[in-house]
Amino acid sequence: MTPAALTVAALSLDLGPTRLVDGIGFSVAPGEVMALVGESGCGKSVTAQAIMRLLPDAIRQTGGQVRLGEEDLTALPERAMQAIRGRRLSMIFQEPQAALDPLDTIGAQIAEALRQPLSRVRAEVRRMLEDVGISDPERRIDQHPFELSGGMCQRVMIATALIARPAVLIADEPTTALDVTIQAQILDLLRRLAIERRTAVVLITHDMGVVADIADRVCVMYAGRIAEAGPVAEIFAAPMHPYTALLLASIPRLSDVPKSPLAVIAGQVPAPGEYGPGCRFANRCPRAEPRCATTTPPLLAAGQGREIACFAPLADRRAP
Amino acid sequence: MTGHLAGRFGQALVACFGVLTIVFFVMRLSGDPTLLLVPEGASAEQIAALRHELGFDRPMLVQYVAYLGDLARFDLGESLVQRAPVAGIVAERIPYTVALALGALLVALGIGIPSGIAMAVWRGTVVERALAAIVLAGQSLPTFWSGILMILFFGVYLGWLPTSGADSLASLVMPAVALGALTMSTFARMTRISVLDELSRDYVAAARARGLSRMAAVGRHVLRNAAIPVVTIAALEVGNLLAGAVIVETVFAWPGIGQLAIQSIAARDFLVVQAVVLFVSIVYIAMNLLADLAYAAIDPRIRLER
Repeated sequence: MTPAALTVAALSLDLGPTRLVDGIGFSVAPGEVMALVGESGCGKSVTAQAIMRLLPDAIRQTGGQVRLGEEDLTALPERAMQAIRGRRLSMIFQEPQAALDPLDTIGAQIAEALRQPLSRVRAEVRRMLEDVGISDPERRIDQHPFELSGGMCQRVMIATALIARPAVLIADEPTTALDVTIQAQILDLLRRLAIERRTAVVLITHDMGVVADIADRVCVMYAGRIAEAGPVAEIFAAPMHPYTALLLASIPRLSDVPKSPLAVIAGQVPAPGEYGPGCRFANRCPRAEPRCATTTPPLLAAGQGREIACFAPLADRRAP
Repeated sequence: MTGHLAGRFGQALVACFGVLTIVFFVMRLSGDPTLLLVPEGASAEQIAALRHELGFDRPMLVQYVAYLGDLARFDLGESLVQRAPVAGIVAERIPYTVALALGALLVALGIGIPSGIAMAVWRGTVVERALAAIVLAGQSLPTFWSGILMILFFGVYLGWLPTSGADSLASLVMPAVALGALTMSTFARMTRISVLDELSRDYVAAARARGLSRMAAVGRHVLRNAAIPVVTIAALEVGNLLAGAVIVETVFAWPGIGQLAIQSIAARDFLVVQAVVLFVSIVYIAMNLLADLAYAAIDPRIRLER
């Protein structure tokens, strides 16, 4: 197995006395797309910010490690971290138009990732724009974000993130703000560039459909912890954690009887700070046992590269 | 863009006309200037004769139309008190007020904008609190009081600066600081809010994610975006500076148009007051047109829209 491009180990993030992310870990290999899936508030976006070391002031990393290749980023001074951001580790955002400076040309912003004025790297920027599928790059290079559509802006963001050939790309909900048809194009582009450039991609999403489209592996997060992780094909075929199973069941399918009610997971994710001592899904779980409410199930290997944190996993393909 | 500017210019002319009309009639409500011009004990016939000579016995609308007719020929008329052309009287004072306003603007921009940026970038630190105290002082101390305190301290006690008059560049320092203080505070507050607002945007996070330091992100992206609301305020503040000049020029005996306005109002020297108001409105309107051009220079969205 190739050594991991990015390893997150036992990462914990606290907001004051409240633990937002509780000892999560995963790794991503070069050229692999790893999806971090979960409902809003489960801690996936702060995990991305922690990897980039761009957490808001109020949130602190209180434990764990983030390693880029062999290098531990956690202990690095800010200046060294700045040299890494954009070059070896980069990120794209949910709202591409908001993530670009409205007053600056897109070419100048892409060139910033190379730490060069646009005039000196113009040819390189143009090639990158072509690579992300922007037509007429020579004209686009001097345009401003408002002259581009949302999908094109996300292509520009991807160009900015990948032009310096980073080892790892964090994509935080990169298609959530886009039209469905554009979504598929952007996902295809990410997939293709990841393979071509051997970039490890951490794809943060709440959308199991997106996961099925492009991810190789998936980590399902629930309330600041990992519930289940493993290869996408295996997990989609036979989810073991009741939460994963319910998430998959809640995707509407074309084969559903028209107007049939959408499947929902009853109850709500507990807020950080309101977690009990046991499994955090216990109050919504159809398979919960008495010990689920009192003891935290550990994340254990379950064969075929899978991991699961559940006392009462689904062993077979039946839905719960 | 040109069409837009032509439109704004038309609006500006209408605004000038409106201001003149209001001043014309309000001044005439203040009383008859003839009574201030005649010597004590003058007979009713003498007063009536002078009034007739000056044209104040005509119906107000007739006076108004005659005034507009003169204006259309760029004739501002003759001062009732000094018996000299109004244009010359006002023109003589303008350089002083322009120097004072520029000095004040220099103080306001030079201190206000860097302070505002610093307060936003170092939010919640001792830097912000120290600057906030200065800004609060600039905003709360009335000019007539801070001006007199400065005269006492720097002029009388330390003897560093002349207490009044307009003899040298040194005489400009205190009036410029006194006049600029309030505007400085406005700039500092506006800049702080604007920079804070921009700092929370996604493009700042994205710039940092591609390796820019916080300061580089501020310098390359935040400041230009934050400038837009500050430019608007700057145009409006020039109007406030001219209004404030009336007080500051009186406190420091600065021979500008503010002082002239006060003297002319007291003497009911209508035509001089009207000329001063006309000048101030033209400056104010020109500043707003300039702000419009500045937006277009800063923001490509505006350049293309129009």
